[in-house]
Order: sequence, then C-alpha cells, then structure tokens
Amino acid sequence: MRLSNKAEEILEYLWIMIREMGEERVSLKELKTDRDAPEIQELMSLNYIDVSPDSATLREEGMGEAESAVRRHRLAERLMVDVFDLDRGLMEENACLFEHLLRREVEESICTLLGHPGVCPHNRPIPAGRCCRDSVKTARNIVSSLADVKRGVKGRVAYLHTRDNKKLQKLMTMGILPGVTIEVMQTFPSYVFRLGHTQIAVDKEMATDIFMMPGR
Amino acid sequence: MNAKTKEAKCNCHGNVDEEVEGLRKVVLVGSPNVGKSVIFGNLTGKYVTVSNYPGTTVEVTRGRAVIGHAEFGVIDTPGMYSFLPITEEERVARRVLMGENPDVIVHVADAKNIERMLHLTLQLLEAGLPVILDLNLMDEAGGLGMKIDLDVLRKALKIPVVATIATEKKGMDLLKETISGYEKHVSRVPLRYDGLIESAIKGIEEGLEGSYGISKRAVALLLLQDDPEIKGMIREREKDGGVAVYKIAEEAGRGFSQPLNYVITLARQAFITKLVEGAATIEISRRTDLKERLSQLMMHPLTGIPFLLLSIYALYEFVGVFGAQVSVDFLERRVFGEYINPFVTGVVTSIIPWKVVQDLFVNEYGIITLGVRYAVAIILPVVATFFIAFSIIEDTGYLPRLAMLLDRIFKKIGLNGRAVIPVVLGFGCDTMATMVTRTLETRRERVIATLLLSLAIPCSAQVGVILALLSGNVKALAIFIIVMTSVFLFVGFLSARLMPGERPLFYMEVPPLRWPKLSNVFTKTYTRVEWYFKEVFPLFILASVLIWAGKLTGLFDIIVNVLSYPVKWIGLPEEAATAFLYGFFRRDFGAAGLYDLKNAGILDGIPLVVSIITLALFMPCIAQLSITIKERGVKMAVGMAAFIFPFAFFVGFVVNLILNGLGVTL
Repeated sequence: MRLSNKAEEILEYLWIMIREMGEERVSLKELKTDRDAPEIQELMSLNYIDVSPDSATLREEGMGEAESAVRRHRLAERLMVDVFDLDRGLMEENACLFEHLLRREVEESICTLLGHPGVCPHNRPIPAGRCCRDSVKTARNIVSSLADVKRGVKGRVAYLHTRDNKKLQKLMTMGILPGVTIEVMQTFPSYVFRLGHTQIAVDKEMATDIFMMPGR
Repeated sequence: MNAKTKEAKCNCHGNVDEEVEGLRKVVLVGSPNVGKSVIFGNLTGKYVTVSNYPGTTVEVTRGRAVIGHAEFGVIDTPGMYSFLPITEEERVARRVLMGENPDVIVHVADAKNIERMLHLTLQLLEAGLPVILDLNLMDEAGGLGMKIDLDVLRKALKIPVVATIATEKKGMDLLKETISGYEKHVSRVPLRYDGLIESAIKGIEEGLEGSYGISKRAVALLLLQDDPEIKGMIREREKDGGVAVYKIAEEAGRGFSQPLNYVITLARQAFITKLVEGAATIEISRRTDLKERLSQLMMHPLTGIPFLLLSIYALYEFVGVFGAQVSVDFLERRVFGEYINPFVTGVVTSIIPWKVVQDLFVNEYGIITLGVRYAVAIILPVVATFFIAFSIIEDTGYLPRLAMLLDRIFKKIGLNGRAVIPVVLGFGCDTMATMVTRTLETRRERVIATLLLSLAIPCSAQVGVILALLSGNVKALAIFIIVMTSVFLFVGFLSARLMPGERPLFYMEVPPLRWPKLSNVFTKTYTRVEWYFKEVFPLFILASVLIWAGKLTGLFDIIVNVLSYPVKWIGLPEEAATAFLYGFFRRDFGAAGLYDLKNAGILDGIPLVVSIITLALFMPCIAQLSITIKERGVKMAVGMAAFIFPFAFFVGFVVNLILNGLGVTL
C-alpha cells in the first residue's frame, strides 16, 4: 500500500531528527501536525510511529519505510542538481514534489544512473539502497566518480564529495570545482586529467571524491 | 620577521639576499611555477634558481632594484595557490603579506589558466592589499589561441593589469612603470557572498579589535573557513581571546550543510567565470604537438619506465663516464699527478726545511696534495657535469611527471609522489634537497624524507666518485644499486610503519614540458657549482689541517685505530679507516679517500663494494646536518645521526657476510 505524501514527509522528518540529529522524540508541533490528523492516524495504524500526547517517535516497523523516504528525497535532489542543472531554490521545490513519485524500481535506476551517490547536494548522506549494496553497475552512469572513468573521457565536474575538509580544500585550491571541464588522460599509475590549460595528477583517493558528468 | 632577524641559510638557491629595510617594498606572489623568480631576476638583476616544477623556491628572497627613479626592495616568495594555506611554503608566503606591510604586491599569474589564478587575486583584494595583476606566460596563452582583454579585468577589479613574457623580458618595462607609478589604494571587489555569510562577516568585523596586517573582512573570511593560523592570531590579539567572533563563525557554519570553505569558493568561482567569459576568448587549437606527445610518453607506465631507464643511462654516460672517468682522470693523473703535485712539492721542500711543516702543504695529507686535489680534481668535474644534467632535467618539467609515475611506490614508504622531487634533487645535493622537503605537507612525510635523504641518497659528488670506482665492474655496480635501493625501501617502509600519521595524498600540477633555456642552464649550473665549491673547498682544506694536527699530536692515529675495529668487522683492510674518518666530514670526501686506496691497490673486490656501500649510507655532510637541525630540530637530527652511523656499518657487515657466504667474486 502507498503512503500519503504527508505521511511520507512526517516519516522523513522523524528519521532525520532521530537518526541524524540524535533526538529521541519530536514534538507534534514541530512536525506541524496533531494527533488527530489523518497522516498521523495512517502511520499509527501501520504501527510505524508511537505517539504520546504531544510528541512522536519512530517504531522499528517504520524505520525502513522512513529511511527509504529520505533516500528518495535526497536522490531527487541529486537528480535536480546534476542532471536537470537546477539551482538550489528550484531544486528544493521540485525535489519535494518528485520524491513522492519515485517508486522503488525507478528509484533504483535513478540511483544507478547517478552513480550511486553518497550524499545529497547539501552533503548529507544518502542512505544506501539495495542497488548500491549490490553495486551492480549495469546501467550507464550519468554521474560517475573520476576513479571509475575511462581514459579519454571528457566532462564537467558535477560535485566534490568528501567528509575530509582538508581534502576538499586541496581539491579546490587546484581549481577542481563544480562546473569546470576536465578530460581524463591517464588512469594508471595515477590519474592525470586536463583542467583548463594545465594537467593535474591525483591519486585514487583524491580521484574517488571527484564526481563528473562524462560527455557534457 | 624583518631582514635583520633572518636566519643563516643555505645559499644553494643563489646567494642574493640583500638588506631591504627602509625601502619601498614590492612583493611578488602567485601560484607555484608561474615565473615569480624570473621576474625577480629581471627586476633586481640577481639570479635565483629557476626551474620548471612547482616548489623550486622554498624561501623568501630579497633584493634591491631601481624601478623608475626610486630604489625598491623586491621580495620573492614561495608559490601559494590560495590565501588559505595548505603547505608550509604557502604559510611563509602569507606571513610576508601580513607582516611586512608591502607597498605594492605583484600577483604573478599564469595567463593561460587565468580562471584558476583569479581566485588568489580576489583573495588579495579582499585582504585590502595593494595589488597589481601580472598575467605572465603570455606566450603559452597565445600559443593556445587565447586573447585576453586586459581592460575588462582592469575595470572589473579596479586594479592595474599588465601582461608579460618574463623569460623573454617582454612587458617588463610596462610592469616597472606600473610599479613605480603605483599609488597605494584599496580596491573593493564587487563580490558579495550569501546573506548569511555576509552578516557573519559583518558581525566578526565589528567584533575584531586587534590588527592583523590585512583587512578585517579577510580575517573574518579566513576565520569562517576555519584557518588554524588565523584562529591562533585572533586568540592572541583579541581581549576576550576571540570567544565572541568564534561563536559567530560557528553559528554561520551551522547554517550550511557544506563546509563554508566550499560555499565561499563556489561563490568566487561564479564571479570569476562570469568575469573571464567577458575578458578572454579562445579559439580551440588543440594540436598534439611534439611536446605533448613526449609528455604522454613520459607519463604512461609502459613507455615511461623505459624512458626513465634510458635517461638514467644517458646520465651515467655523461656524469659517470665523461665527468667521473675522463675528466677526473685527466685532472687527477695529468694535471695534478704530473704537474701540480711535483711542482708544489719541489717548491715547498726547497723553501721549508722542516718535514713537519712540509707535511702541512704536501705529501700524503697536505693541503695541496690532499685537500685541493680532492676538491678540484675529483669532486669538481663530477659535480659540474651532474649539475648541468640536473639543470636540464629540472627545466624541462620532467620531475612532476616522474612524481606521478612513482607515486604508488612512494605511498608504500609513507610518502607520496610529491616527495620524488626532493629525493631526486638529493642526488644533486642532499643539503638543497633537505630544504625542499618543506614542500611536503605533513611532519611525518618531512621526517621520513629527511631520514631517507640523510641515509640512502648519495649526492652528486659521491655518485660520481662511486661510478669512477666501480667503472667497468658491472656486477659490483649492480650490487651497489640493489643494496642502496633495498635500504631506501626497507627503511622507508619501516619508518612509515613506526611513525603514525595520516595517509599522504598525492595531487600535483603537471607543468607543460618546456625546452630548457641554455642561458638558464648555464647560470644555474654556475651558481650551484660556485656555491658547492665555496662550501667544499674551505672544508677540505680545514680537514687537511686537522689531519695534519691530528697526526702531529697522535690523535689522528688514535681515532683511526678506534675506527679500524668496525672497519675490520665488516671485512675491510685497516687502511680504509682513514677514508671513513674523512667520511664523517663529508661522504664525498670519504669516497675520494677510497679512490686513493683503490688506486694504491689496497682495496678491491668485495671489500671495495662493502666500503662504498657503508660510506654511502653515512650522513651526507656538515652542511646537510646543519640544515637538518634547522628544519627538523636538534633532537631529530641527533637521533638520525645516532641511527645512521651504526646502521651503515651494520649493512656493510651483512653485505660482506652475504657476498662471502655466496662466494661471489668481483
């Protein structure tokens, strides 16, 4: 059965607050809802959440569905930014609409198409789906890590993804920034690519964090 | 830091430092390898080392120059990619900008990569510094069909912009005019960040009371980008220890899910992209020319490794055969053996009747017959040929390509490809190379690289003498190379295991291949040989005097006697102890001592190889030791020495055992 959009959003919010922010419960006021609202009733009837008079929390049963909703939302954001090239404001708006339309099968192909991205454009982690765990790279990725790209491929840098701030700084000082065009010249023993009118050599660790859109 | 307090330094970068206090100051800054040192040379008429790899200049150089009608102090700085530093040299360069109150800053930029270069220009302007933008390497930009409208840049940035080809001295007049006519003013960049960041900047600006040598806006931006050095300065210079402004920065950081450094850089990038679109046009004319093909050949592992071996062979022919055999033979046997030595000996013995005083100048350990002969006849030809070959290699831009090729191997010994440059330079001069370890990012890498240089990289003088000693004996040469490589890898591997630290990352700009300029190769070789000679010559003479005095007092015999024990343990004749004693002064001096022993027929076969290996593992020389102390501290330097000398004998011992055990005949 398909959850209502409202219910999905509640699940997402709860999951973020509980799993990422470390809260235990979230007040209904913060969720902008109340006990009698249909979406709360819907989630309670599915045993997904626990509601005390003025706050709610996720139950084990709801965790999977909630994670999947977050994943779809963040994937939708990635799609908006990387493929449709929307700017941030438009991205938010469209991603919110789009996520509810994503069904599991489509979600997986989009995830594969985007190269199983690890983070959303806000740099928050995207929960891994089955496709990422199986890591079947059958479909052609639209966005791929430089480390997976073949020699001779040319494309624009889509984003940098690293949790290591120092590494990010190093990439940036070399001029490796979203939007710049790079052309991969060599992949072994190190990666060499043309950036503007220079060539830059990086090792695999650095290359892994550069995501590019080949052929664009 | 001003010129008066600067430390004593190694002058292999060209001995040009001059007092510039009280003069108007021009500071040259910019990314690595864009030509700052060439411009410094053009302005001051003084030579500092120029090469084609990032990180040639690792320290600040000062010189005087008459520009227009006034005298200026010109300051050359190590390359910096960004005002937010990553490496030590970048920090050094920024300290000059913040601490020396410059009157003009010339931002030297690579014209063909203008888009990447303007980040630093913007950062300098944000810092309220008086900037002239100099687009250098215009020849390379032109070769790509690039046209840049300087007026667009002038108008947008509100600063003077000039174009130069420094190596051909083109555009220098205009640059000089611009410098001499420059009036210090602050240009505001029309670059605004996200509202949240702007309000944080405003809050921090208002909260700052100390002075930093740059605008408060820049200090605020650096604080927001979490720059540790700025944070430290704020802690010291603000009354509340910076608590209030730290809080603003932290709060601003929470407003974004990405690091502020990223957000801020992207904003600059957007501004620059727009600016460059209006200023630069390019007709794509990417032709794969000879240089490009050569470059790919050097970098591809299948062709790159054979190319490397071929280059080493060419180097061997030039340095090992022409320098160390033909030239040394001529100077040593003919010039000294047949003319100088007999002549000087004759003169000295006829003037001075006392044998003791005669020994000071001539005979076995005399100043002329030992010190001068070693320096001029054995070391000089070797060093000169080596430095010629090295200057050519440096100027082509081969070293960064080699770095890329060897990165994976260097990772195994706790270093990354970047360290290939100091290590290769070590074959020229370990002292110079130890200074270049500054370009490495972490302390761990710098320590490992310094240790390996001190232990396993023989310098040019020594390599030359060794080649001369082993000439014609391929087996012995192979054993030497195998043992040295194994020691290098083994000690590197071990120290990487023993020293905890973050995994090194490799990233490096690969400059275009350039044909070496004959004049630069000549000047650079001359400067280095001159420096080397000044360094070596007095020391060799001093050593001769010390040995003479030691002989007179009997101290020499005692030390040689003590040294003869470890020497005998590793299977060498007793006489080799004297060579090892020289080796404590300089490895190359010791190697020259072995050269004499071999010629006298005392040393050959396995003992010769063992003694060469042992001596090659000694610490390089006193100059290198003092640089190690300066760069790594006394404790570290003493620790290294305490490890290296016994370890050298240990390796000699093991090699002797194995070779004899296997019944190898050489």
